[in-house]
Amino acid sequence: MFTPDPLIIAGRSFASRLFLGTGKYASADIMKDSLIASGTEMVTVALRRVDLDKPDDHLLSNIDVSLFLLLPNTSGAQTTEEAIRLARLSKASGLPAWIKLEVTPEPRYLLPDGDATLRAAEILVKEGFTVLPYIQPDPILAKRLENVGVATVMPLASPIGSNKGLRCLELLQIIIENATIPVVIDAGLGKPSDAAAAMELGADAVLVNTAIATAKNPVLMALAFKQAVEAGHQGYLAGLAFSIPTASASSPLEWISAL
Amino acid sequence: MTPSETLAALEPQRIITLTHQAYHPEHILSLVEKERLSFEDFCALLSPSAEPFLPQIALRAQTLTLSHFGCVKQLYTPLYLSNACINQCLYCGFQARLNIPSIILNEKEMVDNYKFLAKLGFGHILLLTGESPLLAGVDYIERAIILAKDHFPFVSLEVFPVSTSDYIRYAEAGANGITLYQETYDKTLYRSLHPKGPKSDYSFRLEGPERALRAGIRQVGLGVLLGLSDWRLDSAFLGYHAFNLQQFYWQASIQVSFPRIQPILDAPHEIFQVSDKAFVQLICAFRLFLPQIGLTLSTRESMDLRNKLIHLGITHISAGSNTRPGGYTRASKDPGQFETQDNRSLSDVIHMLAQQGFDPVLKDWSPFFDLASKST
Ligand code: SF4
Repeated sequence: MFTPDPLIIAGRSFASRLFLGTGKYASADIMKDSLIASGTEMVTVALRRVDLDKPDDHLLSNIDVSLFLLLPNTSGAQTTEEAIRLARLSKASGLPAWIKLEVTPEPRYLLPDGDATLRAAEILVKEGFTVLPYIQPDPILAKRLENVGVATVMPLASPIGSNKGLRCLELLQIIIENATIPVVIDAGLGKPSDAAAAMELGADAVLVNTAIATAKNPVLMALAFKQAVEAGHQGYLAGLAFSIPTASASSPLEWISAL
Repeated sequence: MTPSETLAALEPQRIITLTHQAYHPEHILSLVEKERLSFEDFCALLSPSAEPFLPQIALRAQTLTLSHFGCVKQLYTPLYLSNACINQCLYCGFQARLNIPSIILNEKEMVDNYKFLAKLGFGHILLLTGESPLLAGVDYIERAIILAKDHFPFVSLEVFPVSTSDYIRYAEAGANGITLYQETYDKTLYRSLHPKGPKSDYSFRLEGPERALRAGIRQVGLGVLLGLSDWRLDSAFLGYHAFNLQQFYWQASIQVSFPRIQPILDAPHEIFQVSDKAFVQLICAFRLFLPQIGLTLSTRESMDLRNKLIHLGITHISAGSNTRPGGYTRASKDPGQFETQDNRSLSDVIHMLAQQGFDPVLKDWSPFFDLASKST
């Protein structure tokens, strides 16, 4: 279980445990205001959406890199090779050598391909990237990725855009329990309370996009998620009174074994 | 079984029953809330019994579109390369029997149009031709794709169906998507509307999308020409076709377009009017049945209706379209393939989108996703 405070990923510390996506917003201005309101320090951008040759690119020019670490992502890539080439292009164009690795061969639920992701991660780590892979909540895959040297694992809570919350709770719990690197819960968190619940479980951070971008008031929703993430994390640190099977009891119980 | 075989196994009489029978209001309302709709559920939503619940259905469509696509709309531009055509579709403005002079853009004219449209900001171009293997055949289209790729990340085609090996040529040249409307799934009607030319082969057209997907094209757009036949029946077949392609080609992105026929000149065939209300019903029914697929609306539709439908289910729209070959850089009085009803420029459409709370997406593709890039 990985728990340092503040959160540290690949040697960089983050005061906020809420990461944001930049897709699906009604305008660049609403996106900018939501990013600020959320208090986030890490913002992910789809490389396929940006024109890296254009300094005035619609999306990139609206993200203030003095406030946020820009985390390019490979969404849309269907194969290992596509993801790798996108990552290399991103690095070559001067973006941070951090990559949110997404390999999603089917366009309906955008579910990640674990095998292709693992292969891409291995290569990108060797090339010096800080790799944050998007995965299904598969505890074995999470460990394999950890072994090849990724910086975090980012398991989904439920399919992208579904807003269904922690549908894969049991498996997420095992991933968190086993992890020696930060676990960021990504995709499917539909409400601030879902984010709070994810943090209470012991997630190190969460990534939210649709729920904020498509809210009636995205800026207010960003603030709500910020508070929920903080509350959930504090709840976890405080030690929930239930659902912690290995917790130490409030008064010594050694006498029982002496009976 | 292939998708077209499963389609062929569908009994028209059964679909007529499913899309026209009376359903209990409670049943229709339960479908609005239901998470995964069956094909039978889709037919019920297309039926007259669903009409009174259009507001509820529309609200559900809106919610699904918002959660899957967010507050963005994809924009594209069509470019007609050639109107030369040896078919004789009875409903078409380019058709051979009207003796319209053939216009076939040469490479310079193509590139002039590409540059013009790319400069406006478009990242997705749809190239269209009539069917003329001699004047604008596979070689011509392949060349047009190669030239277009210098200016647009995403190139799609709305051209006549070809063999798998020719689709491979298109894919290797850089084509990312094809649109192929079956026009109508009523075979008898299809035959009477397409009396001459290669288009009279119903099955070759029906199997076109599968050949394209096997060839490495990633995106396929389907459609019927609404108004040729009973829209309920044709929409049901169209939905079934889209659903099956999705099941068999799970990596493909399937889209559906909604061209409504416009009476052009002296069209000698019957038109089954599709009212605005019916149009809204069928678009919403598609959204509920296939929540994640892209739904496209062209400038055939009025500005007012387009403005409204982007709130319900439509995710892809064209803008500033000219349906005359090379019409962006070439003054011409020749008729286009159809009259555009929404003549707003790209910047007007972007402005409208912003007013309605949507952000335009002009680029949504990386050249690394191209089949062509794999060999380099
Ligand atoms: S609809 Fe297309 S194929 Fe038919 S006559 Fe017109 S241009 Fe030719």
